[in-house]
Amino acid sequence: MISKLALYFEYPMVRYALIVGVLIALCSSLLGVTLVLKRFSFIGDGLSHVAFGAIAIASVLNLTDKMLIVLPVTVISAVLLLRTGQNAKIKGDAAIAMISVGALAFGYLLMNIFSTSSNLTGDVCSTLFGSASILTLTKGEVGLCIVLSVAVVLIFIIFYNKIFAVTFDENFAKATGTKTDNYNLLIAVTIAVIIVLAMNLVGSLLISALVIFPALSAMRLFQNFKSVTVCSVILSVICSFSGIIISILAGTPVGSTIVAVDVAAFGLCYLAGAILKIGA
Amino acid sequence: MALLTVSNLSLGYDSRAIAEGLTFSVSAGDYLCIVGENGSGKTTLMKTLLGLQEPVGGLISIGEGLKKNEIGYLPQQTIVQKDFPASVYEIVLSGCQGRCGLRPFYSKEEKALAGECMERMGIADLSSKCYRNLSGGQQQRVLLARALCAAQKILLLDEPVAGLDPVVTSEMYDLILGLNKDGITIIMISHDIAAAIRYASHILHIGDKVFYGTRDEYLSSDIGRSFAALQEKGVER
Repeated sequence: MISKLALYFEYPMVRYALIVGVLIALCSSLLGVTLVLKRFSFIGDGLSHVAFGAIAIASVLNLTDKMLIVLPVTVISAVLLLRTGQNAKIKGDAAIAMISVGALAFGYLLMNIFSTSSNLTGDVCSTLFGSASILTLTKGEVGLCIVLSVAVVLIFIIFYNKIFAVTFDENFAKATGTKTDNYNLLIAVTIAVIIVLAMNLVGSLLISALVIFPALSAMRLFQNFKSVTVCSVILSVICSFSGIIISILAGTPVGSTIVAVDVAAFGLCYLAGAILKIGA
Repeated sequence: MALLTVSNLSLGYDSRAIAEGLTFSVSAGDYLCIVGENGSGKTTLMKTLLGLQEPVGGLISIGEGLKKNEIGYLPQQTIVQKDFPASVYEIVLSGCQGRCGLRPFYSKEEKALAGECMERMGIADLSSKCYRNLSGGQQQRVLLARALCAAQKILLLDEPVAGLDPVVTSEMYDLILGLNKDGITIIMISHDIAAAIRYASHILHIGDKVFYGTRDEYLSSDIGRSFAALQEKGVER
């Protein structure tokens, strides 16, 4: 088995896949804690479906660089969803559900009507569940991913205290002089960027898993915000690393394998949390 | 001059007023209780005072060198906070966030201030405990310590004793009274008219009829008498 792995690591694409996978897991879990606590668990799902719709438009328009349309559309949707969170006519979860299924339906519709591809079902399936595209990354894409990940981590560290204040009690933060709208905007844009990045890895249906599972697992084990954040990052990185390795060795789909490992980790953390509680 | 002067204020959402013609002022050292029926606009008034929403009409002016973000605030608990994984220290320290501006991290002074505020609220030993595992009264103390971090002159409290048992309730009132005696101006929303009459120096009653005046004036007014009598009946029952 080890020799098989060593053989695979000879290929740059396997190394790229691991680098990108780990980085995306790291970024998504960083903001995951905030999103789960702000009751925005489903935003990953909603935004990734928006991104799916945008990809459909991009393929219909035959754009070579799909990012040009996918990224702005997703960012705008994220801003709209998170900003209108409090006094919207349609409340948070309903708005996300609406945008999410709407974009999904329109995306599929567009692809169906205008598609030139001979393997439509295959295309759709790979966008939804992640594809081999993580194994076909170019050097440029890996570079972009590294740059964006570093940016996300830096933003998170610099604004950590502000993100905490806004997450715990937005009204209080606003009343005492924190520019909460700006930080909500920042969170929205960051999460949109992460989701667009993560679509390569697990596809648009499974992104929520990357965002929420590490956070939920860590919340079983730790009792303060800093530890929860750090723990969720470590868990996420481990899960996604081992998920990729398993999928290479067993020949399973990358995205769903990573999510399966995340689910298993959550189960373990849940048990561990319960035992700790009894012990304490 | 008063810390806070409100003249002919109208409150509401989407330019639809739910309370009108509020005029009152708060001077340093006052203990103002805002009472009134459910839906009369007490919480809306507080949000408007804090600048979380725009008044529909009228004026709020802030005096005596008080800055807009020097008002501490004890909100009602939200669902989000019920299961929030954060330590007491993290939460109290977050009260200093307003002072930070764009500075990313807390300074030594701010950390010391957080420690002081926890000491003052008697929760220093809970510092590393998780907020969600605390009792209701302890949680309120944590939020009060956070409010103290944000402001040392004036505190707005939104039903600070909601959901607390009688013993903890009276502890909480004593704590607030202590802060008031230390010179902190208190504005408190309360359902508990008996406590309002016992502790407050001024009372603002909002609803169909608006009343503002000192505690004694309230007790001798028609509205005060009928409301207090109603409350007593409730207690006897």
